[in-house]
Amino acid sequence: MTFEPTDRVGSVPPSGIRKFFELAEEYDDIISLGVGEPDFAPPWAARDAAIASLERGQTSYTANRGMADLRERIAADASRRYGLEYDPDEEVLVTAGASEAVDLAFRAFLDEGDSVAIAQPCYVSYVPSAKFAGAEVVDVPTRAADDFKLTREVLEASGAAETDALVMCYPNNPTGATMTREELLPVAEFAREHDLLVFSDEIYSALSYEHDHASIATCPGMRERTVAFNGFSKAYAMTGLRLGYALAPPQAVEAMNRIHQYTMLSAPTTAQYAAVAALDNCEREVEEMRAQYDRRRNFVLSRFDEMGIDCFPAAGAFYAFPECPWDDSDAFAEALLEQERVAVVPGTVFGAGGEGHLRVSYATGLGDLKEAMNRIESFVG
Amino acid sequence: MSDREEILALLRENARYSTEDLARQTGLDADDVEAVVEDLESDGVIKGYQAVVDWDEVEPERVRAAVELNVTLDRETGYDDIAQRLAKFPEVQGLRLVSGDFDFAMEVEGDSMSEVSRFISEQVAPVPEITQTVTHYIMESYKERGVEFGDGHDDDRLSVSP
Repeated sequence: MTFEPTDRVGSVPPSGIRKFFELAEEYDDIISLGVGEPDFAPPWAARDAAIASLERGQTSYTANRGMADLRERIAADASRRYGLEYDPDEEVLVTAGASEAVDLAFRAFLDEGDSVAIAQPCYVSYVPSAKFAGAEVVDVPTRAADDFKLTREVLEASGAAETDALVMCYPNNPTGATMTREELLPVAEFAREHDLLVFSDEIYSALSYEHDHASIATCPGMRERTVAFNGFSKAYAMTGLRLGYALAPPQAVEAMNRIHQYTMLSAPTTAQYAAVAALDNCEREVEEMRAQYDRRRNFVLSRFDEMGIDCFPAAGAFYAFPECPWDDSDAFAEALLEQERVAVVPGTVFGAGGEGHLRVSYATGLGDLKEAMNRIESFVG
Repeated sequence: MSDREEILALLRENARYSTEDLARQTGLDADDVEAVVEDLESDGVIKGYQAVVDWDEVEPERVRAAVELNVTLDRETGYDDIAQRLAKFPEVQGLRLVSGDFDFAMEVEGDSMSEVSRFISEQVAPVPEITQTVTHYIMESYKERGVEFGDGHDDDRLSVSP
């Protein structure tokens, strides 16, 4: 017997992010626009609640589905902000980050040989997680011409109709694309027509700058076929606390919880206390962070425009996704790092449709952002 | 947030943002930004622009003190009269009427502790309405006007992450 990875694990290459991270680590004087997490600390009230819970020694397991107090607040928040109506006892599952929730959903509802359509470019974990679950992946490359929105046309062209489920993420990492309710309706119609489950990652829902975030689960006939993922990493800058959740009908939460109760048992307790306080007391901080991101977004988009680099008006998350001035985005990103000491992530890392673009994160203070954009300008100029 | 509020927030963050950088962040035209800033100045909302200095990094060092003042008022003399008199001294960097145990919180700056002491005893204390002064010398500054005086290198995030 040797430690030969299974075929499933062997079929997944190491993350392209990891490769680029190692390259960037060789320099100690870089400005990084390659970071996929907020540059803010969590709101103080959330940190304070975490500390207080530790002082009280509240570190035991919680209910598998998460603390009842937290699930109630999550359900109330989803209802108030997005019109998502879920029962806190039966339709909310608190997880160790939204990533765990995605993994649970794939393993709970994709059988060996099922196929799943994944809208891309996308966060790096969907394709590997689907493969770990034994599913076949059908790439659905969204297009720059559509501002990286998911359309009926690309769904049809990619063969998504033949699959069992659709994975989507808006506001999107890495493109910064968002979708309005009107734009979601044809996608919802497609999912109903072809009887697809929909896995909708809405982790960036609090960071939508041009319009209110809309969830596909609120489109007609979608609630019963959608699992919506969200969490505290982006809106509350709580990435390392690892806290996310899934909203889904009772039988879906029941199935996901069956895996969760054996593999995770419960989400981190300290983080759950922080999350309760985040939902109770931190609206002002979330709004202030949102306002800062929005100003930086305007700045970055203006600077690309001044440089003559094509960049669609990203309207969500904290990413811009400009066209790469070179054909080979990997080579460009490596050269930019080496010569100008600025890290951006080549679009190829994020799957189909990513080549020819760069992910530029503006989760960085304006001083660094300004200097980095000047360096990019001199590099391409 | 209105354009005016937005620009005020940005200038409070960094008063040296160029008109162009203000325009890029707000999505306004440079001309409109100029107009808003001019309005803020002429309306008396923006009273001035100054550097936030860490005096520990400057030679020769400056000495600063927070001074509590108690005053007594009479029919002819109000808080404003006393404040106007004190505000004229160049040593006085800040002057506020406050609630609580004392009346005015004053910030004084000088080249040395003896200079500051002399100023308080010779110029401030003799003002007839002032009944008491308590001087607190500032030993160390950790934050001034929203700016933390750390080394600024506390970003411990991974340099590239998904």
